[in-house]
Amino acid sequence: MALTTAPDPTRRGPGSGRAHPARRGPGTIRHREGLAAYVFLSPWLIGLMGVTAIPMLLSLYLSFTNYDILTPFSEVEWVGLANYERMFTADPSYWHAVRVTLTFALIAVPLKLAAALGVALLLNRAWRGVGLFRGLFYLPSLLGGSVALAIVWVNMFNRDGAFNSLLSLVGIEGRPWVNDPDWALETLMVLAIWQFGAPMVIFLAGLKQVPTELYEAASVDGAGRFRQFRNVTLPMLSPVIFFNLVLETINGFQGFTAAFVLSNGTGGPVDSTLMYTLNLYITGFTELQMGYASAMAWVFLLAIAAITAIFFSTGRFWVHYSDGEDR
Amino acid sequence: MVTATPTPLARRRPTGRPVLRLLILVVIVAVVLYPLIWMVGTSVKSQEEIVNNIGLLPERFTPGNYTAGWSNFDVSFGRFFVNSALVSLLTVVGNGLSCLLAAYAFARLRFRLRGMWFAVMIGTLLLPQHVLIVPQYILFRTLGLVGGDWPYLPLLIPQFLATEAFFVFLMVQFMRGVPRELDEAARIDGAGPYGIFRHIILPLSRPALVTTAIFSFIWTWNDFFRQLVFLSQLEDYTVPVALTLFIDSTSQSAVGPMFAMSVLSLLPVFLFFVAFQRMLVEGINTSGIKG
Repeated sequence: MALTTAPDPTRRGPGSGRAHPARRGPGTIRHREGLAAYVFLSPWLIGLMGVTAIPMLLSLYLSFTNYDILTPFSEVEWVGLANYERMFTADPSYWHAVRVTLTFALIAVPLKLAAALGVALLLNRAWRGVGLFRGLFYLPSLLGGSVALAIVWVNMFNRDGAFNSLLSLVGIEGRPWVNDPDWALETLMVLAIWQFGAPMVIFLAGLKQVPTELYEAASVDGAGRFRQFRNVTLPMLSPVIFFNLVLETINGFQGFTAAFVLSNGTGGPVDSTLMYTLNLYITGFTELQMGYASAMAWVFLLAIAAITAIFFSTGRFWVHYSDGEDR
Repeated sequence: MVTATPTPLARRRPTGRPVLRLLILVVIVAVVLYPLIWMVGTSVKSQEEIVNNIGLLPERFTPGNYTAGWSNFDVSFGRFFVNSALVSLLTVVGNGLSCLLAAYAFARLRFRLRGMWFAVMIGTLLLPQHVLIVPQYILFRTLGLVGGDWPYLPLLIPQFLATEAFFVFLMVQFMRGVPRELDEAARIDGAGPYGIFRHIILPLSRPALVTTAIFSFIWTWNDFFRQLVFLSQLEDYTVPVALTLFIDSTSQSAVGPMFAMSVLSLLPVFLFFVAFQRMLVEGINTSGIKG
């Protein structure tokens, strides 16, 4: 911790060296403010250290051990890179989980954003009732990762669920979607896309910021609706698209609840819904391989950091800020 | 919310074909609402109707699933609701208090290493909880807090320590909009950092606190992962964890009660939605766009 350089928040007695006239010394307004700041920050600092930083370091250490929570710390065996080696070379289910997660994110996230943008464009007009629509579209996002919603979803795509009933009305024979390894993950994707409300609201806010004059100018230049969309809306909206893309991708990688409910915590059928986080949960809390699970968590963290970094480094090629700070 | 400055809508463009647009929107609304209506409909169907009647609504209204689901397990569902309410409400209090304190320091006070700590706070914003769950579990277990006398401590302690960086960030953004002149005036009147917090920032932060309270309640109520990991005794279960018990029972006869309890579990969130719809939507607007 950086207490060597920072004022110590515990040393805040009213009399602590108030006789010093020096500008940055104790007793000056500046100094009192610094002390007060650390007092106000103290819950956050304790949380940062106790609940975030130290556990993270602990998990980094454990990722080089075979810790299983049942054996005491003193007997934990240091196994070096064995967990990482196993993960990358000797654990097919790990790579399977990576593939499942990537497939999910690569397909569901773009479709969800497309749906969000499409509906936002439809709603981007001022008329009575627009607020009602906005709220109704947002509702599924709000119910979001709840178990209840996942339960409903799984049952809707069951053999005798509502989706097959609808299909039978048009004479199509359905299948037990959630029990079919070829379709279970797709069912979860549809659930994710259905919850397009949150990015939609953010898109709507972004659309309101686009200056009307730009459309007028484009229109004077003879641009049709499609060209206006391509040359005005998309560039002006690119910071918001970027924000949604980063956020939804990270969310997509973390999908857990629906996959857990659909497979009753197994990742089935035939591992088709074995998302990364579900695999991590099973490894750590069902099989009690906490050292191995810690290694998985660290790779996950680095992967998310890397993907975010890639987004930000490629973002400057297509994200435009209207205040001219393009680069 | 306050940070949202009203900007003119892009409404001067030709509106195209409003009827067609409305039609498309109505179709999308139908698709979006269908699963929810189907859920409510199924929850009041008899077992026989669930299998045979493919319509959205029941032919005969059957409330029996609700009573059956309520007492389907050794522990009444009422207990699960009380547990969930307790965890959610205490989380609201913890998040509101601790995040407000941290946000005040970040937004209004000058102190050494502020830039660094702020960057760290932003950094934790994107930290997936799945990364922390294993070591946190080990930590809380070592401290004897998992499955202890008060099994909710592992869920609540982080919330009282401002670990939900999203809310700190939201409040910082909000406080930056509060005029500095108010601080100056209070300072001239002799108020220090504590006085300014107590008499200026705290009362004026009400909207940010309310937004935080609403989101924090809904997210905690819906949260599953942490509650699944940290709660092990049936009588300690919260609603989401209890709902998964229905999935374990493989018999199809539990579908009605399962749906009934699912509907009930969504009810608090739905009521919040109806009451605070405007604020919710504006809340994610501002928190999403700024920054």
